Amino acid sequence: MNTESTGKLTETMADFEIKDLRVSVEGREILKGVSLSVNKGEVHAVMGPNGSGKSTLSHTLMGHPNYKVISGQVLFKGKDILTLQPEQRAKLGMFLALQYPVVVPGITMSNFLRTAINAKRGYDGKDKSKAINVKEFRALLKDEMSVLRMDDSFLSRYVNEGFSGGEKKRAEILQMAVLKPEIAILDETDSGLDIDSIKFVSDAVNRMRGPELGVLIITHYTRVLKFIKPDYVHVLVNGEFVRSGGPELADWLEAKGYSEWVKEPAKAPAALEAR
Amino acid sequence: MATVIPRIDVGDNYKEKYGFFDPEKFVFKAKRGLNPEVVKEISWMKNEPEWMTAFRLKALKIWDKKEMPTWGADLSTIDFQNIYYYLKSTEKQGKTWDDVPADIKNTFDRLGVPQAERKFLAGVAAQYESEVVYHSLHKELESKGVIFTDTDSALRDYPDLFKQYFGTIIPPGDNKLAALNSAVWSGGSFIYVPKGVKVEIPLQAYFRINAENMGQFERTLIICDEDSFVHYIEGCTAPIYTTDSLHSAVVEIIVKRGARCRYTTVQNWSTNVYNLVTKRAVAYGDATMEWVDGNLGSQITMKYPSIYLMEPGAKGDVLSVAFAGKGQHQDAGGKAVHVAPNTSSNIVSKSISKNGGRTSYRGLVKVYPGAKNSKSFVRCDALLLDDESRSDTYPTTEVDEPQVRIGHEATVSKVSDEQLFYLQSRGITKAEAETMIVNGFIEPFTKELPIEYAVELNRLIQLEMIGSVG
Repeated sequence: MNTESTGKLTETMADFEIKDLRVSVEGREILKGVSLSVNKGEVHAVMGPNGSGKSTLSHTLMGHPNYKVISGQVLFKGKDILTLQPEQRAKLGMFLALQYPVVVPGITMSNFLRTAINAKRGYDGKDKSKAINVKEFRALLKDEMSVLRMDDSFLSRYVNEGFSGGEKKRAEILQMAVLKPEIAILDETDSGLDIDSIKFVSDAVNRMRGPELGVLIITHYTRVLKFIKPDYVHVLVNGEFVRSGGPELADWLEAKGYSEWVKEPAKAPAALEAR
Repeated sequence: MATVIPRIDVGDNYKEKYGFFDPEKFVFKAKRGLNPEVVKEISWMKNEPEWMTAFRLKALKIWDKKEMPTWGADLSTIDFQNIYYYLKSTEKQGKTWDDVPADIKNTFDRLGVPQAERKFLAGVAAQYESEVVYHSLHKELESKGVIFTDTDSALRDYPDLFKQYFGTIIPPGDNKLAALNSAVWSGGSFIYVPKGVKVEIPLQAYFRINAENMGQFERTLIICDEDSFVHYIEGCTAPIYTTDSLHSAVVEIIVKRGARCRYTTVQNWSTNVYNLVTKRAVAYGDATMEWVDGNLGSQITMKYPSIYLMEPGAKGDVLSVAFAGKGQHQDAGGKAVHVAPNTSSNIVSKSISKNGGRTSYRGLVKVYPGAKNSKSFVRCDALLLDDESRSDTYPTTEVDEPQVRIGHEATVSKVSDEQLFYLQSRGITKAEAETMIVNGFIEPFTKELPIEYAVELNRLIQLEMIGSVG
């Protein structure tokens, strides 16, 4: 654990910095000292085979209670966010698009999105001026939904209930678009998507790219990186980064797979995964 | 429906919103306890015909003889001799809001009763302690022959209609608490909807216990004549006293051929009220009866809205929600009795238990011989918010006819870590996330309510959820 005063490190710090992060799940160490710096305006891809710790990384960054931090820091806006609740991280400007978005029966997407937007705006049920009004809400959604090819009926459906794989992922990206995070983690956002959906989702993400957003794309396959071009690629194997490089590393991985590190053939992405 | 439920300030709690009490003012208060003198006094005060006095006294005898039910919630702590059975708070009933005495008006203003009426409700009756204090019905409905009045006035003003149906669906001998109500009943709603008349906007009543150790025993009677329709809604609250109050109502409903009746209750008694209610409807040919029953408050609730499907084509629905917090036991459910062929029933029960609260589903589906091609489906879903809370299911099915379709499904679930994490990762606090999940869980119920009630119910859930987070 870094016990040094962090007061003077700020000038060299990236916008979002993972420092020597070690994490265990159910008593087993999964991440064994991971460090990564992401600046706003950059897109980083974290690639790795199954079981390498990709999902552990994304869930830990967002504060899932089942992932226990052994040591390390994650610095964002001058804070070690690892002690914060997920909602505090979200309010600070983080976002996680889940690999398996969760069904919340009886809650409409519209209610969900509005509650989330209001939470981010700091509306605690008292000061109505902080709440988004209906007109603003509609306008905000309209643009983003058209990019994602989602029609209005989607808003009256219950959160992720009966959604196809593609709909779920589009819904995640819609949430990202309206919540406007500064650091977004996209966990296997391409899994379970047909090619059209990948394109719509990628278009939406690319639209959001810019100096105010840093992105961490977590993926097994290189496919999505053809649509969302990363600035940096990192290879995660067995809980550690084994190689980092520019976008060419993705091409290299596409050709060679992870065979250098694990016995797993590089295979074409499954068009539709289960769930 | 793309309805966005507005987030509402929950900085207050039940005590501030509903728990206030006015200084007790009354023009008549019966002596504590129950005996023939008290019963006679009530009847005398109300200037009732002799047959009603006799009915009450006979019911009191049945009450004395019958045993308290022991198969459900624990009722052993109720001290029936410590209860005031009748309290009259005002001399006369107001027809317009202005006529109502100021202190009572303040109470109902705080509860939002007249506002609700101004907005859209067809009629409002408000019962304070034992008597209905305010009552109103739109002229248009009145001209169509719709009767919506309090039950005492109905006995006086429509004696024949009243006597024809009163006590026919739930006779005093039905159960001990029905006998008690029959002996000391006061107030309640009386509705008659003539043939073919559809009352398009809901009729509403509001029940309020103000005095300590008070019993409220309203008696509601609804008659839907052939091909008519009515939706009746009642809300209930009481202030918080250190000693217990008792609410024991009887509701009788007759739904004639081709008619449809919906009866919606959102009960939010304070948590020291025993809420022991007998509700029963009979539905005739092609008629539909729907009970929509929400139970949030009270210490103990025992309530099983029933439907007797008397003729072919009759249909019955019971949709109920129960929320039990610390120290509460919600013993609720529904009964469907299939007497005739081609009848159908659907019972959906949703319960939520939190902080050691207990919910029970208790239900009966009975099919008599010859009720061929009857269909019944029962679904009970329980949501437990922590490990101390409890939920039980006691379904009874008695089928004496082979040619039927009967289904039963029950689920018990917990709020999952994954759901909480997902919502929290979007900036929503854990407490708010739990509230959302609970509101989503009961959404099949909420969506059946008029929007004001849906908002109010969500707000009450929010109070229960966030108000008690320690």
